[in-house]
Amino acid sequence: MVNDWKSYQPVLLPAIKDLHEISVYEKNGGYKALNTVLKDSDTWSPGRVTDEVKAANIRGRGGAGFNAGLKWSFMPEPDGKPRYLACNGDESEPGTFKDRKLFEFNPHLFIEGAIIAAYAMHVDAIYVYIRGEYRPFVKMLQRAIDQAYEKGYLGKNIKGSDFSVEMYTHMGAGAYICGEESSLMESLEGKRGYPRVKPPFPAQRGLWGRPTTINNIETLANVPLVINNGAEWYKSFGPDSHPGPVLYGISGHVNRPGVYEYPAGMSVMTLINEVAGGVRGGKKLKALIPGGSSTPPLRADMLEGVTMDSDSLREVGSMMGTAGMVVLDEDTDMVDVIWRISHFYHHESCGQCTPCREGTGWLEKTLLKIRDGNGEMRDLDLLLAICNRMEGRTICALADAAAWPVRYSIERFRDEFEQKCKKTVYAMA
Amino acid sequence: MADTYTFDDKDLGEIRKLIAKYPEKQAAVLPVLWYAQDKFGHTDPDVQELVARTLDIPEAHIHGVVTFYTQFYEKPMGKHVLDVCTCLSCQVCGGYDMLHYLEEKLGIKAGETTADGKFSIQSVECLGACGYAPMLQVTNDKYVNHLTREKLDKLIEELNNDQQPRFESNKMPQHVNGSDK
Repeated sequence: MVNDWKSYQPVLLPAIKDLHEISVYEKNGGYKALNTVLKDSDTWSPGRVTDEVKAANIRGRGGAGFNAGLKWSFMPEPDGKPRYLACNGDESEPGTFKDRKLFEFNPHLFIEGAIIAAYAMHVDAIYVYIRGEYRPFVKMLQRAIDQAYEKGYLGKNIKGSDFSVEMYTHMGAGAYICGEESSLMESLEGKRGYPRVKPPFPAQRGLWGRPTTINNIETLANVPLVINNGAEWYKSFGPDSHPGPVLYGISGHVNRPGVYEYPAGMSVMTLINEVAGGVRGGKKLKALIPGGSSTPPLRADMLEGVTMDSDSLREVGSMMGTAGMVVLDEDTDMVDVIWRISHFYHHESCGQCTPCREGTGWLEKTLLKIRDGNGEMRDLDLLLAICNRMEGRTICALADAAAWPVRYSIERFRDEFEQKCKKTVYAMA
Repeated sequence: MADTYTFDDKDLGEIRKLIAKYPEKQAAVLPVLWYAQDKFGHTDPDVQELVARTLDIPEAHIHGVVTFYTQFYEKPMGKHVLDVCTCLSCQVCGGYDMLHYLEEKLGIKAGETTADGKFSIQSVECLGACGYAPMLQVTNDKYVNHLTREKLDKLIEELNNDQQPRFESNKMPQHVNGSDK
């Protein structure tokens, strides 16, 4: 599948005019998966749906890459009290801008997937958490949800079955941390988005203390595809360990930035050079941040043979993340870029854990000093020491996300950092 | 003056609808703050008190929420708030140049409001439009993508005439295999 990517036909974002209209979506096979599941509930019991999704190995598209079906199976047996599905459309990781494409061009695929997920997990209400900046997209999604209600795909006794579920949108108000699942729940409950200590995990104690599953928007959009075509079909896209179609967001110094749909496991260099039209201005490639700002940056000479899937990227010391690739050309000042990333994490740290609250600020301050030419060689050791004291020592992964780019850029672009620090030595001599 | 801001019956009806989406009233804090900000243009302490009274939730809690999220304005802002993204992709594609151009053009720094109260500029974190960098958002709503100086000149002129920019749909770029959205 990956070899003949040029003949690949998009399935998440197919080129169909007005697909966001429910009538067009239905005409093109939309809501077929939901109808199948509800009409043939003997074959498609909730457990069977979960098993199929598990077998397809849909890896979470929000960054962590956990098997979605396995996550669903953590939900306890129903006890008659409310259960929830929270759909994560916060999408605040710098470099990531894919879910908005689904909201705009194919919202019903996601809605259908969320309803099937709700069926599989005996969920009573679906909350779609979308970042506040995406107001135009919230309106688009709300319109699609209203259409789904009108057609009887949402609400009481869907399509004559005994399955009922409600779906609501909930708008954030500008906080990166609310994309973290426990913080998202706090925000949905009307509080500051402070991540919760785990365990208990959301499946045990989630929204309002009830079992809850949190899935990314793109993850849920894969669900109807799996029900319609089967797990084996889904696994025919890309590598076994990380199968399926992927929305690659490519930004930075490329000729044709944008969101592209191709199978998982695409060659990084093919994505940059052929799909995104190569580096802007005929310049050389310097670095790639493969999956959002928190994923460790890679030097151009490390990219030979690397593919966009978790195994391949782990081997070279990075991660797939959200597949939001940021391409940097030879003129990029890496220190400046890493400082700006640190500024982001400092700004977005919720402040709950000391290593993160203090560490992110310290990283930013030290990097700024180096960037402005006032750094000393020992500052590099200091930066690494701060990273050591942040990683794995906080409630959520924001501290890790802040530390990794710093640690790996010092490791992989050390001469550039040293160059800036040396200036001070000469100036002082 | 605590009674500077009030919700009328229509507002209260809308707020009841927002509360009905959740099993607990507190969950409506963000939606009601958004509602209040749309109505009054900001959520300063007086507005926070009104929201607290309406939802019967301690004012301290509302204040904590407002200060946590960057999109709630704790004080009155300019009529048009220009949020220029300077984060990662926008940074490397000239976001700071656009910000500085605007600062020069409007004669204010990021974080300030023009004397006539028309414009505020902010330098903000990632707005999720990385492929369309550099970009900005107008008052928590419309995105203006692929910024250039000319585009900024035009935008300011339009906003001065009270014309909001149009929603820019970013089509899928031409696929290598030729399928276009």
